[in-house]
Amino acid sequence: MCAEHYLEVKNLKKHFPVKTNFFGQTLSWLKAVDGVDFHLNRGETMGLVGESGCGKSTLGRLIINLLTPTEGGVYFENQNIYDLRGSEQKRLRRKMQIIFQDPYGSLNPRMNIGDIIAEPLYIHGLAQGMGAKKRVRQLLDYVGLSSYHASRYPHEFSGGQRQRVGIARALAVNPELIVCDEPVSALDVSIQSQVLNLLEDLQNELGLTYLFIAHGLNVVKHVSDRVGVMYLGKIMEITDSQELYGNPLHPYTRALLSAIPIPDPGLRRQRIILKGDVMSPIDPPKGCRFCARCPDAFDLCRDREPELVEYSVGHHVACHKVRRDAAG
Amino acid sequence: MQAQTNIDNLESQAAHEAHDGLEIEQLKPGQEAWRRLKKDKLAVAGGCILIAVVLVSVLAPIISTHNPNTVVNSNRLLPMGTPGHILGTDHLGRDMLTRLLYGGRISVAIGFTAVGIAMFFGITIGLLAGYYKGFFDTLVMRFIDILMAFPYVLLAIAIIAALGPGLLNAMIAISIVGIPYYARIVRGTVLSLREQEYIEAQKALGASDLRILFKHILPNSLSPIIVAATLDVGWMIIAASGMSFLGLGAQPPTAEWGVMLSDGKDFLRAAPHISLLPGMAIFIVVLSLNLLGDGLRDALDPRLKQ
Repeated sequence: MCAEHYLEVKNLKKHFPVKTNFFGQTLSWLKAVDGVDFHLNRGETMGLVGESGCGKSTLGRLIINLLTPTEGGVYFENQNIYDLRGSEQKRLRRKMQIIFQDPYGSLNPRMNIGDIIAEPLYIHGLAQGMGAKKRVRQLLDYVGLSSYHASRYPHEFSGGQRQRVGIARALAVNPELIVCDEPVSALDVSIQSQVLNLLEDLQNELGLTYLFIAHGLNVVKHVSDRVGVMYLGKIMEITDSQELYGNPLHPYTRALLSAIPIPDPGLRRQRIILKGDVMSPIDPPKGCRFCARCPDAFDLCRDREPELVEYSVGHHVACHKVRRDAAG
Repeated sequence: MQAQTNIDNLESQAAHEAHDGLEIEQLKPGQEAWRRLKKDKLAVAGGCILIAVVLVSVLAPIISTHNPNTVVNSNRLLPMGTPGHILGTDHLGRDMLTRLLYGGRISVAIGFTAVGIAMFFGITIGLLAGYYKGFFDTLVMRFIDILMAFPYVLLAIAIIAALGPGLLNAMIAISIVGIPYYARIVRGTVLSLREQEYIEAQKALGASDLRILFKHILPNSLSPIIVAATLDVGWMIIAASGMSFLGLGAQPPTAEWGVMLSDGKDFLRAAPHISLLPGMAIFIVVLSLNLLGDGLRDALDPRLKQ
């Protein structure tokens, strides 16, 4: 692990207590994020995919310090963000922002769009009065809305427009890193591409870094430079986008890739259908988390948890079978 | 691939979106509720009666022709309709109309002030308990549970017994009795609101807890509070009158509806109007408040939104 990474996530864990006994002792834990390591380079888009409940949203919230981790750290420009307090913490908030999944829940229904976008300006004392109004107009313009939208209320907008407002609010503080928590999964397919293109344009214009969380590989393919695949709180495979789609190593990644629909009814292809359900993240047993559903699992998988190992440059996989195959 | 083809739709789709935005009538959430409230005839009637009562009470010194506390022995127990005393006089010859008007001042003032005090403390407790959860929440809410386990009136009487009888103490007592009610409502709404993404967004933006609580959570939890408060003013008026009736609140010769009711109970056969009139006054005010409160509940309830 080299030190010059823009953002580095080290052994990050977040466990939620599920059951406590009468004396307040926790009997079982939900391990939403259970030891995640990866890094982000400045200006890139890193995709993070996984099924619902695999902990990717929790991971996103941990990275922008909306949640406090059970263990581990996130190093932003070589500083652990959980060590920052007071004004330093506030300064960090200006550098990292989040765009939420649900465009209906992420805007205060009692504030008009102008006030919603101006909130971050007031919080950080970036602009006031006319200056704030001007900045709001500029931000609305950035995200493809008109200045007359500022006096409207969220319920007057469509999902796509609301998501644009959410993006404008995040941009108000001039952030460097934006965590996009499934920003398009609640939108129509046609609107999805609009929002994705908007995000891409903004990245080119403002030099943003994205952590792009999604639950399907197809959306991520469109936007990401690198992709991480998550399963039950752990990263299973992480590599650059082309390598992942061209040469997937982890059985779970292969299964996910085979699930992407191809709009060609004549095409015959091999689908990998996973059997069984996602294991409960509450008190997972030892061994590989995926082994119960893995088509290639063998004894070792049920016994020891595989570690994330680099197989080629920047291609990390956590799988015993891949390791065995690589060893010959 | 799929995304690529959809980009072609971008232009037309964007036009659609803008058009949709224009079509919707521009109404703030509050304006919408106001429009619905205006349609509710009973609520409007309740509101009108309430405004009339408040106006008449405030203007009592101007409207009334007599002094509420002047005893005229020659005019005792005059029936309703007597010239000069339209609503008659009580057992001490005091003008009933004048006393009713002055009594209204006290009852309405007590009702609103007590609700104001209860709301202030209830909202503060509810906001803090709901937002910070944890030990503070457990401690405070268990205490609130204890308060709620007492019958309302009994608790009020107990508090007055400790503080001593009097108008102010009665008001304090019924305020305290009202606090748990608001604390519960507010805590409940805050518990659900704090998990909303727009609150998370404010945290991510670095907003202070105070800003989140008062600028984002409180405005969104107001509608149940408004409804509860409107209905509660009526209850507080009844409770205050009840305390006065029992001799724990306003003391004679103060013109207060509860006191008047109590005064009249000895003359129910000879001069029923002495008790009947303040009783009717309480009834009308509380009814109008309930009508208005019910109307507000319907107007503010998002489930009824079209």
